[in-house]
Amino acid sequence: MSTTHALLGVLAARGISHGYELKREHDRRLLGVKPLAFGQMYTTLARMLRDGYIAEAEHQRVGGPDRVAYRLTPGGHTELVNWLSQAVPPAAYVSAQLFVKVIVALIATPDEATARSFLATQRAAHLERMRELTKTKTAGGASVTELAVADYLLNHLDADLRWMATTLDRISQLRSEVAA
Amino acid sequence: MSDVVIEAKNIEKWYGPTLALKDVSLVVDRGEIVAVTGPSGCGKSTLLHCLSGILRPDQGSVHFQQRDLTVQSEAARSRLRRTAFGVLFQFGQIVPELTAVENVTLPLQLGGSRYRDAAVRAQRLLDRLGVGDLAGKRPGEMSGGQQQRVALARALVTEPEVLFADEPTGALDSLAGEQVMVELVRLAREHGTTVLVVTHNVQVAAYADREIAMRDGRVESAGRVTVTGEVR
Ligand SMILES: Nc1ncnc2c1ncn2[C@@H]1O[C@H](COP(=O)(O)OP(=O)(O)OP(=O)(O)O)[C@@H](O)[C@H]1O
Ligand SMILES: [Mg+2]
Repeated sequence: MSTTHALLGVLAARGISHGYELKREHDRRLLGVKPLAFGQMYTTLARMLRDGYIAEAEHQRVGGPDRVAYRLTPGGHTELVNWLSQAVPPAAYVSAQLFVKVIVALIATPDEATARSFLATQRAAHLERMRELTKTKTAGGASVTELAVADYLLNHLDADLRWMATTLDRISQLRSEVAA
Repeated sequence: MSDVVIEAKNIEKWYGPTLALKDVSLVVDRGEIVAVTGPSGCGKSTLLHCLSGILRPDQGSVHFQQRDLTVQSEAARSRLRRTAFGVLFQFGQIVPELTAVENVTLPLQLGGSRYRDAAVRAQRLLDRLGVGDLAGKRPGEMSGGQQQRVALARALVTEPEVLFADEPTGALDSLAGEQVMVELVRLAREHGTTVLVVTHNVQVAAYADREIAMRDGRVESAGRVTVTGEVR
C-alpha cells in the first residue's frame, strides 16, 4: 500500500520526525489525497517498524505515544527506492464514481438533453474546482509541490471533462451499443 | 449594480447557406473575464468577430457600452477596434518585418502618438511581460511563447476596454500557455479590462470568471444564473 511509501518519502524528506509531524507533513505535501487518520497512521507506522523500514530514534515518555520519533533505516531507504523505480500500472479498470455516473446517465436518462443537462452540472462543478486550483497556482508564493499537486488535479479534471464531451458526442452510438 | 460593456441580442450570422450563429444573446460586465468554449465549428470565432465589429451579424444587435455596432459604418467600427478593443489570435498577427518594440508601438502610432513616446510605453510593457530583452528582435528570432507575449503587449498597449482573444495559447505548450494566460489575466485585472477568450482548453477556461459554452451555433450555457436583480 502506498501510505507506507508516502510516509517513507515524508520521513526521507524531513529526517527524524514524530508521528504527528509525519501526519501533518503527509497531508500538506499530498494535498488532494485523503488526509491520513491518526489511527491509520499508527497502524502503518507499527507495520513499518515490524518490517524494519523505520526505527525509533528517541523515546520521550512524557507526552504519550506522540513523543516517539522515527528515523528511516537503510532497509526503508531501499524499499523507498524500489517503490519509486517501479512504474504504476496504467489503470485497467476505471472505478471512478464519475465514470459510473456518466454511463448510468447515458443508459438511464430518456433523451440526450437530459444526459447533457446532468453533464453540464458536472462540468460546472469541475470548472469551479479548476478555477480555485488555477487561483492558488497563480496567486504567487506557491511551493513547487503545491504547484505539482495543482497541476495533477487540473490535468485530471481536464481529462474528465474532455472524456465527458467526447462521450456526449458519441451519445447516440453509445446508446445503441448499450441497448444492444 | 452591474455595469454592462457588451450586450448581444438575438444575433444570427450566415455564411452563404451555413447558419453559423443562431439566436445568440449574451451580456458581459465590465472587468469580467469570460471564456467562450465549445467544439470545433460551433461558432466561437464567428461570435468573437461579431462582438468586436469585424463581422456584421445578419440579424440582431451588438451593443458596446451604449453604441449599437450593427448600425455603425465600417469606418466607425474600425475606429472603435483601434481605440477601444484589443485582439489576440492564435498566431500570425505580429508583423514579421518589424522588431518586437516596433510591433507593439504600431497601434499607438496609428492612434497618433509620437514614435519616441510610444516606444517607451511599448518597452515598459514588454519588460512587464518578461520579453523586454527581445525588444530589438524580429518574430522569426523568437519562440512561439515569446511571440505570443509580444502579441499580447501589442493588444494591450492602447489599454483597450475589451480584449478579444481567439485561442491565444492554442499553438503553445502548457507552460508557455500558462505564462501567457497568467500575464493576460494579471494585466486585465490591473486595468479593469474586460476579456473574452475563445478556447478549446478547459484549463485555459479556468482562468476566466465564467464560461459561455457554445454548441451548434447557440449558447448552451452562459455560466450564470440570474435569479433576481443583483443576485448572481
Ligand atoms: N468565412 C467562412 N465562410 C464560410 N463558412 C464559414 C466561414 N467561417 C466559418 N464558417 C463556418 O461557420 C461555422 C462556425 O465557424 P467558426 O469558425 O466560428 O467556428 P469555431 O467555433 O471558431 O471553430 P474552431 O474551434 O474550429 O476554430 C462553421 O460551420 C464554419 O465552417
Ligand atoms: Mg475558431
